[in-house]
Amino acid sequence: MILVYVDHDRGTLDELSLQAITAARGLDSDVQAVMVGADAVALAPRLGEFGVGTVHVAVDPRITDYTPMACGRALASVAQQFHPAAVLAVGSPRGNEVLAHAAAILDEPFAAECTEISLGGDVATVTRNRWAGNVLETARVHASMLIASVTAHAFAAESIPGAAPAAVVEFSPELTEADLAVRVIDRVGSGGGGVSLAEAKVVVSGGRGVGEGGFGPLEELAELLGGTVGCSRVVTSAGWRPHAEQVGQTGTKVAPELYFAIGISGATQHIAGCKNAKTMIAINTDPEATIMSYADYAIVGDAGQIMPAIVDAVRAAKG
Amino acid sequence: MDIAVCIKRVPLSPGRWTLTADGTEIDTSSSAMGWTLSPHEECATEAAVQLKETDGGTVTAFTLGTPESSEQIRELMAVGVDRGVLLETDGAEWDAQATAAALAEAIRADETDFSAVILGTESADVSGYQVGVRLAHALGWPIVTNVKGLSVSNGVARCERVVGSEREVYEVSLPAVIAVKDGVNIPRYPSVPGRIKARKKPIDTANPTRSDPRVEKVSLALPPQEAGTAEIIGNGPDAAPRVVEILKEIGVLA
Ligand SMILES: Cc1cc2nc3c(=O)[nH]c(=O)nc-3n(C[C@H](O)[C@H](O)[C@H](O)COP(=O)(O)OP(=O)(O)OC[C@H]3O[C@@H](n4cnc5c(N)ncnc54)[C@H](O)[C@@H]3O)c2cc1C
Ligand SMILES: Cc1cc2nc3c(=O)[nH]c(=O)nc-3n(C[C@H](O)[C@H](O)[C@H](O)COP(=O)(O)OP(=O)(O)OC[C@H]3O[C@@H](n4cnc5c(N)ncnc54)[C@H](O)[C@@H]3O)c2cc1C
Repeated sequence: MILVYVDHDRGTLDELSLQAITAARGLDSDVQAVMVGADAVALAPRLGEFGVGTVHVAVDPRITDYTPMACGRALASVAQQFHPAAVLAVGSPRGNEVLAHAAAILDEPFAAECTEISLGGDVATVTRNRWAGNVLETARVHASMLIASVTAHAFAAESIPGAAPAAVVEFSPELTEADLAVRVIDRVGSGGGGVSLAEAKVVVSGGRGVGEGGFGPLEELAELLGGTVGCSRVVTSAGWRPHAEQVGQTGTKVAPELYFAIGISGATQHIAGCKNAKTMIAINTDPEATIMSYADYAIVGDAGQIMPAIVDAVRAAKG
Repeated sequence: MDIAVCIKRVPLSPGRWTLTADGTEIDTSSSAMGWTLSPHEECATEAAVQLKETDGGTVTAFTLGTPESSEQIRELMAVGVDRGVLLETDGAEWDAQATAAALAEAIRADETDFSAVILGTESADVSGYQVGVRLAHALGWPIVTNVKGLSVSNGVARCERVVGSEREVYEVSLPAVIAVKDGVNIPRYPSVPGRIKARKKPIDTANPTRSDPRVEKVSLALPPQEAGTAEIIGNGPDAAPRVVEILKEIGVLA
């Protein structure tokens, strides 16, 4: 049996978690799930569509919003009861967190961000992302129950036509006050521009080479093309632009139709955030810059002179 | 208050990575290669130093790694870390479970009674997303991960984490483990006097015992990528008309 932790946010199913169910089905036909919170009860049957037979829903009146350690505790208790061959979740911030808690409670290893999994008795073999996917690691995990998260989008969620709804088993996990101590107590607006950057069709990104005062034309071009401004970490750490605009390993990952990399050298940690761009145009004074080996098109020269000319040309073309 | 931060030395390449011939390590033999810290950990340290500046106390940096890791501790001493603890290894492999156990042991055994441990949510290289959580369980402390906003008052840490266009708010009583993300603050640059002072600050060394890794690295690979070369469409502003053509070709401009 494979056990999958399926996340939800106050009763809205986390669609990414369905990808972990697909990964589980590749390992065994008996796939069961764990969800936490009374508002998961109504969602649970829907998991049948994706191949889940039974959903164990942890219900406790004290859990009314996301409570990471309690989720880990509930997941660990179901795992202890059924000894599944693997416990999976999607590699989202919550998925990784809940699996880390479960692994710490069970004192078992945890392989995060896997793109491939094969089980084998007491030793599983996984391929997982290091350096945000810039390096792939093959690792052996020594455990009779593999705890692993699957990288988002490594597997596609696949529904099974005509599948029956999942059976729902409610249970009350044994929770201490400590398990409940950390929970969402409030929500406040604006996480920053993260979402629009992640979903933008055009990203006009600037790096150190743009200079502190040089972002004006990048903003203009982004606006003309219905896109948004991005930047490198050098730029955010200098305080020139907010962190919400940072693209890369420790920033936002983007996959636009068009990515401008202006005055950006092309460090692997920056590329980790923009390698899925369909087309990349680089502007750099240095024809040897690493970014040239990732870009489709490049202009060699000073961004301070080139950008105003591009803005003018695009404005003229729009009429 | 006294705060511990956990940091790790990792390789940094100015260009593309290459692997060693046996495919088990990132090749660090080139003189162009450097060593650094994850931005998450630079931010963890900055958060600790800011709390020290407002509330008093000390900041101690713990690292498990080779003796060269003391270079990274010195870098952080230049921005306000007071003391380092190097859990020295001989270069053999340590997995996250063993790493967290050794860190917990060292933090517990330390002469300082820490009010908080601040570290990264995931490391730059292995990115196992777990050392903080395991440490919290070992210490019996609460943990908040993915923290992008942090303030402490009256022994309570208010933590924010970004989910889409919102920020979730968590509150935990200290002592607690706080695993942060890049962007929680802007780490300061070291000053010259800071660098000079750093040379005189103490680094204690311990030799933790290693257990066999249960996540055992077999090999590394670089993902397939077209290592192409960009088509140079011009030098300087004269290339602008060609940019407009490309925008039209790919349908970004009508
Ligand atoms: C674990 C880790 C995570 C990281 N995460 C991120 C991340 O999320 N995002 C990120 O961006 N970085 C990240 N970094 C930092 C990364 O390694 C690089 O330091 C950073 O991306 C470099 O930014 P840059 O390209 O703007 O600056 P530089 O590398 O300094 O490059 C500047 C470029 O501008 C060019 N230039 C100079 N003048 C001009 C001009 N007038 N016109 C045009 N071009 C000019 C130069 O030729 C050069 O190529 C991370 C590092 C680590 C260790
Ligand atoms: C010489 C050497 C070789 C190693 N080789 C391997 C290997 O081949 N395979 C392998 O899996 N592991 C190896 N390790 C251990 C590995 O580098 C990690 O430290 C360990 O696995 C922790 O897991 P993580 O990086 O996934 O941590 P994560 O859970 O991703 O890290 C979260 C945070 O924990 C803190 N942290 C993580 N590691 C350390 C540390 N070492 N010291 C202090 N704080 C830390 C940081 O603040 C980090 O941001 C090696 C360690 C050493 C010293």
